[in-house]
Amino acid sequence: MTLLENLAKALAGGSIEIVDLTHTLDPDFPVIVLPPEFGQCARFRMEEVSHYDHRGPAWKWHNISMSEHTGTHFDAPSHWVSGRDVANGSVDEIPAGNLMAPAVVIDCSAGAAANDDFELTRDVLAEWEDVHGRIPEGCWVLMRTDWSHRSGAAYLNMRDDGPHSPGPTPDAIRFLVDERNILGFGTETIGTDAGQGSHYTPPYPAHYYLHGAGKYGLQCLCNLDRLPATGAMLVTPPLKIRNGTGSPLRVLALKET
Amino acid sequence: MSEPIAPPGKKNPQRRTDVPQTPPQQRSRAALGLAAAAAEGRFMLQVCGDCGAVQYPPRDACSRCLSINLQWQDVSPGGRLVAETRVRATTDLYFRKQMPVRVGTVKLDVGPSVICHVHGDVGDGADVRMAIKLDRAGQGVMMALPVKETPFMEDDPRLREMSCTPRHRRVLVTDARNPNAPAIVSALAAAGAEKIFVGLSEDWRPNRHNDDIMAVPGVEMLPLDVTDSKSVEELAAELGGKTDILVNNARYVRPGGLMARNDTVFAQNEMDVNYLGLMRLAQAFGPAMCARTADGTNAAVAWVNILSAYAISNSPDYGCFSASNAAALSLSQNMRADFRTSGLRVLNVFVGPTDDDWHQELPPPKVPANTLARSLVQGLVDGLEDVYCGDVAKDMIERFRASPKIQEREMTGFRS
Repeated sequence: MTLLENLAKALAGGSIEIVDLTHTLDPDFPVIVLPPEFGQCARFRMEEVSHYDHRGPAWKWHNISMSEHTGTHFDAPSHWVSGRDVANGSVDEIPAGNLMAPAVVIDCSAGAAANDDFELTRDVLAEWEDVHGRIPEGCWVLMRTDWSHRSGAAYLNMRDDGPHSPGPTPDAIRFLVDERNILGFGTETIGTDAGQGSHYTPPYPAHYYLHGAGKYGLQCLCNLDRLPATGAMLVTPPLKIRNGTGSPLRVLALKET
Repeated sequence: MSEPIAPPGKKNPQRRTDVPQTPPQQRSRAALGLAAAAAEGRFMLQVCGDCGAVQYPPRDACSRCLSINLQWQDVSPGGRLVAETRVRATTDLYFRKQMPVRVGTVKLDVGPSVICHVHGDVGDGADVRMAIKLDRAGQGVMMALPVKETPFMEDDPRLREMSCTPRHRRVLVTDARNPNAPAIVSALAAAGAEKIFVGLSEDWRPNRHNDDIMAVPGVEMLPLDVTDSKSVEELAAELGGKTDILVNNARYVRPGGLMARNDTVFAQNEMDVNYLGLMRLAQAFGPAMCARTADGTNAAVAWVNILSAYAISNSPDYGCFSASNAAALSLSQNMRADFRTSGLRVLNVFVGPTDDDWHQELPPPKVPANTLARSLVQGLVDGLEDVYCGDVAKDMIERFRASPKIQEREMTGFRS
C-alpha cells in the first residue's frame, strides 16, 4: 500500500483521528479591541440573501463579512510591520507545502488557570524540551492554556488597563524563531501575544519576531487539550486572498489514537 | 382636573387586539400646512401678505381680498370657547373607538373661529390656549387646551391620543454604549415609562455606562447589536409585541470628512450603524409596533430617531458622519410613509455636536446628554415629528429654510 492508502485506511479505521481546532464563526465571538480612534477588527456578520422564498425560491444563501483577523484565523508575515518586506508574506503567496506541518503543544493550562497574565518563558520551553525533546524545525508550536473554555467577557478579559490573557515573552519567541526555526506559533487566545503584550519591548513580541522572520501565527484555537505534546499534524490553509494579511480558516489536527 | 389614567394591567390574551385605525387622512395641499406646524408644535396659520387677514381653514386665496399671497406664520394661540358638544355616534372606524368626543367652537384672538377638539378641563366659555396637534393620521388638528396646566392634564383621553407620552408605556432604547443612554433612560423613567429595555451590544467587552443605566428603576438590559441583523431579529421576536416606543440612540461617529482618510472603513461603520442599523430595526420592529397602535393604554405610539443636525446640510469636519445621517433622515421619511396607515409616529430629534469624546475638538455650544434627553421626552409628550435640540440644530434648520444653497455655501466655504 502506498503511504496515502495507509493514511486513508488509518483515518477510516480510526487509528488516526481528526481534531477540529476551530471556533464557529459567530457574530458574538470576541475580536481584538483597539483604542477607538483606530479602525477596528470587523466582526463576523451574515446577511440573508434568500431563504427559499420570493428572494430566491429554490435556494438559501448569505452574504458574509468579517476582518482577515476574525475568529479562528491565520496571521501571515505581512500582517506586521516587521514582516512587510518578507518574501511570500501574504496569504496567497504562502507555499502550499507550508500548509501542513507537525505541531508540538506546550501545556500552560495550569499556569494560565492560576494567572490570567501567565507568561510562556524561555524557562518553560526549556522544561518542556527536558521532557519531550528538542522542538523540531519547521513545526507549529501551540500554547495550550485552556483559554478556549472561556467565553464572553472572560475570554477577552478586558479591564481598564487593557485585556489580560496569557502569552509568550519576547525571549521565548526569539528562542523559538532564532534557535528552533519553527514554522509558526498558535494560541487559544485572541492573539498570538499576551493581552498585555503591548507593554513588552518590542510591543507585541510574538507578532514582531514571528512575522519579521517570515513565520506564521494561529489564534483563537480550541481543543488543544485533545492533542498530544508531540506527534500531531496540522492542516492550516488560509483563504487565498490576494495580498491578504491573514484569513479565517478551519484548522484541523491529525493525531494517532 | 383630568382623571388620572390607571396603569394598564396585564392584557387579556383571549381578546383580539384592536385593529389599528386612523382618523380621516384626506386634506387639501394647503391644509398640510397644519401638519407641518403640528410636527414642530407651533401654532401657525396662513396670513395674507397683502391685507393681513388671518385665514382658517387653510385655503389657496385670501378669504377677504382673494390674494394668493398667503404665508404660514406663527400667530397667537389665544382664544375663547364659545360653544361645545360631545359627539356620541359616528360611522368613522377610528372615532367609534374614541366616543364620546368633546368638540367645540373657539373664537381665536387673531380672528377666525375654528371647530376643534376640546380638552376635558376647559370650562364652558373659558379662555383657551390653542394647539395644533398631529392626530393618528399624522394630520394637523386643532385642540383647545386650558390656559394653565391642570392636574393630570396629559391624561385627558383626547390629548393622550394626540401625544406619544412615555407615561405607562414600555420603551426600548437601542444602545447602552452611547454616552447619552443613562440620561435618556432617566428622562423616560421620570416621564412615567413603565418599563425601559436597553440594548447592549457585545457583552464580551465592558460598558462604562451600565451601572448608571441599571440604577434607574424599571430598566432591563438585553442583547442588541444594530449592526447584526440576527441580533435585531431575535430581540424583535422577543420584544416587538411589547415595545410601545422605540428610541434609536445607536450612533457611530468619527471626526473627519471625505479627504481625512483614503479608505471607507469608518464611513462603512457609520453607514452600518446610523443608516443600516435603523433599517434593520425598522424592518424587525416596525411590523409588530404598527400592529399594536390601537392596543389600549399602552399601545405602540412612536419611533424616535436621534439624527445629527448635519443631516440637513453637510458639515465637512464630520463629512462622512453627516452623509450617513442624511441617509438616515431620508430613510426616516420612508418609515413615515410605511408607518402612516398604522398611526405609529416617527419622531426625529435633530441635534448638533454633542458633548462627548468624539466632539472634543469642537468649541461650545455642545449639547449635553441631559438636554438631549429632555428634548426627546418633551417631543414625545407633545406628539411631535421634528425636534431641533440645541442652538446648532435650531440654527441649521432656520438657515436651511431660508436658503438651502446659501446654507450649503456657508457650510462648505472657507475652513480654517
